[in-house]
Amino acid sequence: MEILTFEYPSAPLALAGQPALCGVVGSGNLEILIRAGERPDYCRIRIHTSARGFGEIWQAVIGEFAAGNAAGGTEIAINDMGATPAIVSLRLVQTLAEYAGERQ
Amino acid sequence: MKLNDILDALFPEGHRVDRNDKVLIGEATLGGQSIAVLGTTDAAAVDHAIALSLAAAVLATIEKHPGRPLLFLVDTSGQALSRSQELLCLNGSLAHLAECVDLARRRGHPSVALVTANAVSGGFLSFGLMADVAYALQDAQVRVMDLRAMSRVTKIPLEQLGELAGNSPIFAPGAENYQRMGGIEAIWPSPSPSLLAAALDEAVGRCRAGDPRMAIGRVRGGRQLAATIAERVAGD
Amino acid sequence: MKRDFNLRRSWFEASARARLAGLLDAGSGKELLPPAAAEPSPHLAALGLPGAFDDGVVVGSGRLAGRPVLFAAQEGQFMGGGVGEIHGAKIVGLLRRALREGPDAVLLLLDSGGVRLHEANAGLIAISEIMRAVLAVRAAGIPVIGLIGGSCGAFGGMGIVAKLCSHLVISEEGRLALSGPEVIETVAGVEEFDARDRALVWRVTGGKHRFLMGDCQAFVDDDPAAFRAAVEALLAESPVDVDELAQLRRQQAALTQRLAVFGQCRDGLEVWQALGVAAPENVPMLDARALVSLKEGLSA
Repeated sequence: MEILTFEYPSAPLALAGQPALCGVVGSGNLEILIRAGERPDYCRIRIHTSARGFGEIWQAVIGEFAAGNAAGGTEIAINDMGATPAIVSLRLVQTLAEYAGERQ
Repeated sequence: MKLNDILDALFPEGHRVDRNDKVLIGEATLGGQSIAVLGTTDAAAVDHAIALSLAAAVLATIEKHPGRPLLFLVDTSGQALSRSQELLCLNGSLAHLAECVDLARRRGHPSVALVTANAVSGGFLSFGLMADVAYALQDAQVRVMDLRAMSRVTKIPLEQLGELAGNSPIFAPGAENYQRMGGIEAIWPSPSPSLLAAALDEAVGRCRAGDPRMAIGRVRGGRQLAATIAERVAGD
Repeated sequence: MKRDFNLRRSWFEASARARLAGLLDAGSGKELLPPAAAEPSPHLAALGLPGAFDDGVVVGSGRLAGRPVLFAAQEGQFMGGGVGEIHGAKIVGLLRRALREGPDAVLLLLDSGGVRLHEANAGLIAISEIMRAVLAVRAAGIPVIGLIGGSCGAFGGMGIVAKLCSHLVISEEGRLALSGPEVIETVAGVEEFDARDRALVWRVTGGKHRFLMGDCQAFVDDDPAAFRAAVEALLAESPVDVDELAQLRRQQAALTQRLAVFGQCRDGLEVWQALGVAAPENVPMLDARALVSLKEGLSA
């Protein structure tokens, strides 16, 4: 297992919601938990992943997410069992949407 | 230790325990009191027939001898492994036995389990771990799976498991690990009437109260999370 | 987007939370010890494995057809639904809460291979604590309803827990047994049980067989709405005050009789034929409605 921590500047999220969780820690899948963080213009991410040596790919995926979405003021925790970058991106956007209150 | 030696050591006042294949059913006297003795021997693999024999003995005790204490002698290698056993829902017969033991508790029969040699998985769950309180003899083996098989199934190297087993009681075989976690109350250096009498006293207390094993595991440091988690969810 | 996930119409493929969303009255589910308030298992971390915030089981309260219920839903995708220290303690805690709150029922959405080997000792003791807690809840007059239809079925100690429930609802995809076919094959040989013969595995452990034998009380389609309807029907049954000893005596007689009659059978087909099913080879093809009426015909 590898533990990775990133912190990226990101546009502040207008409204902090209830903690939101998406996904399941199953083979090729991951769970993402988003809750309120401390710095309004930063997004802090902590990852526990079963796959070692993919730090650079995580960095790229998370960097793109933080730049392309208003995720400032959040703390994101990820438990991963080898999800692909596409799944990671999808789940991040999905979880952020739920956290921001875009419910059905 | 041989079964008869164990019975002689526990019950100097006398015992009459029938042995039918690997099933033990009978009664014994301790401090002038009659005790129902039942269980398994020779590392029995618990199947439908064994579970139903033991269940029948528990039900008969409830019907004929209200309040009589129960002693379970546990020597099981687990559940029987066969297709015909599973076809008839082996888990159902084991659950039935567990239900009978639990009814005995609620009808005021204190129960003690003593692991005499082996206590493994399903066989242990169905009656030994259903008793109010469980003990093990010094050389008893208590486990779900040996480390080698565990390594194969979890794909974690044996050396790594062996190393961690030294620091944590959480997965490695051994009665002392179960003791630290509250599943086994104590390990007996050898069977004796005084240890059994004290065990029956302990069972009488537990028979009336709830299941204290999580709290004991916390105090002994073997299960540091369970009791607190359960309290938070229960809201007590 | 989230909606699409929740409305997926297969219980088997759904996650534990999606099953709950389909089972409970809309918006009524409330998690106890939710992910944001929880920590993953340190025992898995010690073995270098990522944990899950809920440790593979979602517990809480909700309503079903307006009636208050407590629930525990195992997540089969995480560690095979295996019971570890935290996982087990959450279920025990929920059952203790039931004793205090007196809900109309406790729903156990089972999806588990049994003990989580990585935490084997904690898991085994926890399952025995769950067994005793289930029986304590039932003794207090609160029904415990087990639902089986997930990818891991209900095996090992959780198979025993399942059979301690007041009622079991199962789908064709659901499996209920003690030892997994793989374990039996490894120990006793492929002639005893060929775990790769999926049709055989289902004829021995699957939902249809368990329902025909009377080990499960309701048989439903692989659909959250069908599980919900079955639970609703069970909740509507008025509780009967049974003499527990007499009930266990009847159970003892029935199990003894069954062992005498079917003890030599090795395949569901033989059992169904002996039960009086005219065309046992057709049973795997029947849909839920046809199977239920077949069973009703047998009991008549």
